Amino acid sequence: MNILMRIKRFDPEKDKKPYWDEFRVEADPIDRLLDALNTVKWTMDGTLTYRRSCAHGVCGSDAMRINGRNRLSCKVLIRDIGNKVTIEPMLGYPVIKDLVVDMDPFMQKYKAIKPYLIVHDTEPGTERLQSPEERARYDEGTKCILCGACTGACPSVWGNPDWVGPASIVNAHRFIFDSRDQGAAERLKILSDRNGVWRCRTIFNCADACPRGIPVTDLIEQVKRAIVYGGDTDTK
Amino acid sequence: MYYKFDVVIVGSGGAGLMAAMQLPNASVAVLSKVYPTRSHTGAAQGGVAAALGNREEDHWKWHMYDTVKGGDYLTDQPAAEILAREAIDAVYELEHRGLPFNRTEDGRIDQRRFGGHSHHFGEGPVRRSCYAADRTGHMILQTMYQQAIKNEVRFYNEYLVLDLLIVDGRACGVVAMEIRTGEIHTFHAKAVLFATGGYGRAWKVTSNAFACMGDGMSIAYRRGIPLQDMEMYQFHPTGIYKVGVLLSEAARGEGGKLLNDKGEYFMERYMPTMKDLAPRDIVSRCIVQEVNEGRGINGKDYVYLDVRHLGAEVINAKLPDITDFARNYLGVEPITEPVPVFPTAHYAMGGIPTDTDSRVVIDPQWTPMPGFYAAGEVACVSVHGANRLGTNSLVDLIVFGRRAGKHMAKFIAENDLVPLPEKPEGYSRELVDHLYTSGGHESAARVRSALQQVMLDKVFVERNEEGMRSALDTVSGLQEDYKNVEMQDKGKTFNTELVEAIELGFLLDCAEATVHGALARKESRGAHYRTDYQKRDDVNWLKHTLAYRGKDSHDVRLDYKDVILLDDPVFKPKERKY
Repeated sequence: MNILMRIKRFDPEKDKKPYWDEFRVEADPIDRLLDALNTVKWTMDGTLTYRRSCAHGVCGSDAMRINGRNRLSCKVLIRDIGNKVTIEPMLGYPVIKDLVVDMDPFMQKYKAIKPYLIVHDTEPGTERLQSPEERARYDEGTKCILCGACTGACPSVWGNPDWVGPASIVNAHRFIFDSRDQGAAERLKILSDRNGVWRCRTIFNCADACPRGIPVTDLIEQVKRAIVYGGDTDTK
Repeated sequence: MYYKFDVVIVGSGGAGLMAAMQLPNASVAVLSKVYPTRSHTGAAQGGVAAALGNREEDHWKWHMYDTVKGGDYLTDQPAAEILAREAIDAVYELEHRGLPFNRTEDGRIDQRRFGGHSHHFGEGPVRRSCYAADRTGHMILQTMYQQAIKNEVRFYNEYLVLDLLIVDGRACGVVAMEIRTGEIHTFHAKAVLFATGGYGRAWKVTSNAFACMGDGMSIAYRRGIPLQDMEMYQFHPTGIYKVGVLLSEAARGEGGKLLNDKGEYFMERYMPTMKDLAPRDIVSRCIVQEVNEGRGINGKDYVYLDVRHLGAEVINAKLPDITDFARNYLGVEPITEPVPVFPTAHYAMGGIPTDTDSRVVIDPQWTPMPGFYAAGEVACVSVHGANRLGTNSLVDLIVFGRRAGKHMAKFIAENDLVPLPEKPEGYSRELVDHLYTSGGHESAARVRSALQQVMLDKVFVERNEEGMRSALDTVSGLQEDYKNVEMQDKGKTFNTELVEAIELGFLLDCAEATVHGALARKESRGAHYRTDYQKRDDVNWLKHTLAYRGKDSHDVRLDYKDVILLDDPVFKPKERKY
């Protein structure tokens, strides 16, 4: 089928401000939108710039705003978007060129919540034990691929770029609720700061944007409750 | 810019990050052409093998046996011993660093079956694969990256490495292009590790990421280092039909089966003991044979992967991602429908030759190049021989990534920085400048797509002399065409057209070495199956291929080195039956 792609372009070496470009592309209904972007780049306009790598939704390179919602272009099929599609870089990030945004601020926020297992005890000779129930407690957060779609979909992030944002809280949750981890108190302290969890207004854009189906807003609420009510974060 | 470090690691997947972790007291730079968590390790699904024996009796020697036999005896046996023994400790290390493995009822790391892994030297399948749902690679990558953040490793993200610097036979750094600015930088170091992954993008249908363009292999090859056993390339049996995205062997590990058009679970006929869990080279060949003999679904070129009998609960709990792939890319519901699959280009058993300390060795006498290391898919140590077993790639990353890190720690303590060569950036600047000003009118996309097509048509699961001769001519012609590639994007900022064009040059080199090695090897062994030489020939071909680059594609020089066998009757080469 023939589709019209409307793409927001910006080359800092040439353009004073972004503009809309249009391409007509022949695509198969079961092609990925990424395939159509590649068709443009490889056969029509080599200057079109975007990130991509695995092309099946696990590396998180190609998050972009597709018809107004953040999606991975490799997980959107042509048949699901009809014959016209609008593509922009994600909001809330500085644009480097075309659909490529600067992910460094996002990664800095991720680092701020200490996204690694903190253990003070000495390690046993074999594995630490963890029951299937304890393991299930933090499963959702482990699916995160750091694509940034949730954070770029969040109006609270648009309003305040310093806010830690949903992806960081998801990753904090992953450790806070891990029975092996001993750093929950440190992370909860960071997240109870003015740029911590409380700027979340439960808008649910994050959950809609997540290509991994993580219930992002729910996880954020769990962290809020852990801060307010304290108690056992190992298994709940 | 000029940077100086003790160690420069190129590639931020499992092997690179595992090595970085062994160097807490050194100055280390990790260069990656993507953000580290985009690395292709993250796409690995099924698990990481280690004989923990958490679910049933297991022994590292059985794992070693399976690895050697799975590799069709092209495996260097001391390397396989290290792999199997050290896997156990390395998996515990991953757990200690936070990897969220699935758990048994008593809280230990859960394990499941996987292709080619057996108990008592081939008697039947064993639960050896330690896993985290069907995203084990993702968990390894995330866990390693988290640890790297904790250890404050210095990352240079979105830097494309263009060249390896060598002075008097010793590696002393790399040259890289910062993608965001187009600037060229020199990284001067005492030791360099290549952990850059594979080159699956040389085939039209592949499970590999766009990033898997053979960068490290080609850069070494251009600097006179041979590539080993490149003809040994794995085609995974269950890629999503036409798309190539992988449906993990975990599906068969959990009990999934392959089905032909007659409604027959055909692997039972070919391999009565291991059935659908026979090694990948064998299963891929069986699928191709079913299709060739007219038993593909509706006479077409695919078969079905059937997991319906496992039930919704097992499928959703243990195979969620691959179920999602089938739904998303085929519109097929695996709980109620079988999934169309066909082999997909997946993994390079070959690569830069190394010893068991991950030092790069440059000739048949195993002479190491001081300061140069390689680990993971880019390297050929060789533990996978002619065919890698499922879950052994992640083992390879952690075991030999760790050994590389430990050996580099020693090396940098004992050696000083050597001076850079004259004009270290000369070659790299020429390479880039040529693409900006080639004056030709060739399209990189056309060259790449022609390469991918000929590799799929002629250098796939089944090969023969005539097909590979024509593939060699095509590749050789494409190498010439490549010199005339023209770019539309003349800018410096985030020029992905430039990145793609440079990578295409890497990919062509890898394909060239692959075809040469495959043409010369007149036998069938593991993944290298020739219809004109259908038997394994241990008298003439129990040896590794070394391909050295020549002045053009027809001028590749081949040399050979012996496979290292142990003096243990258990591991003596014999016919593979499963």
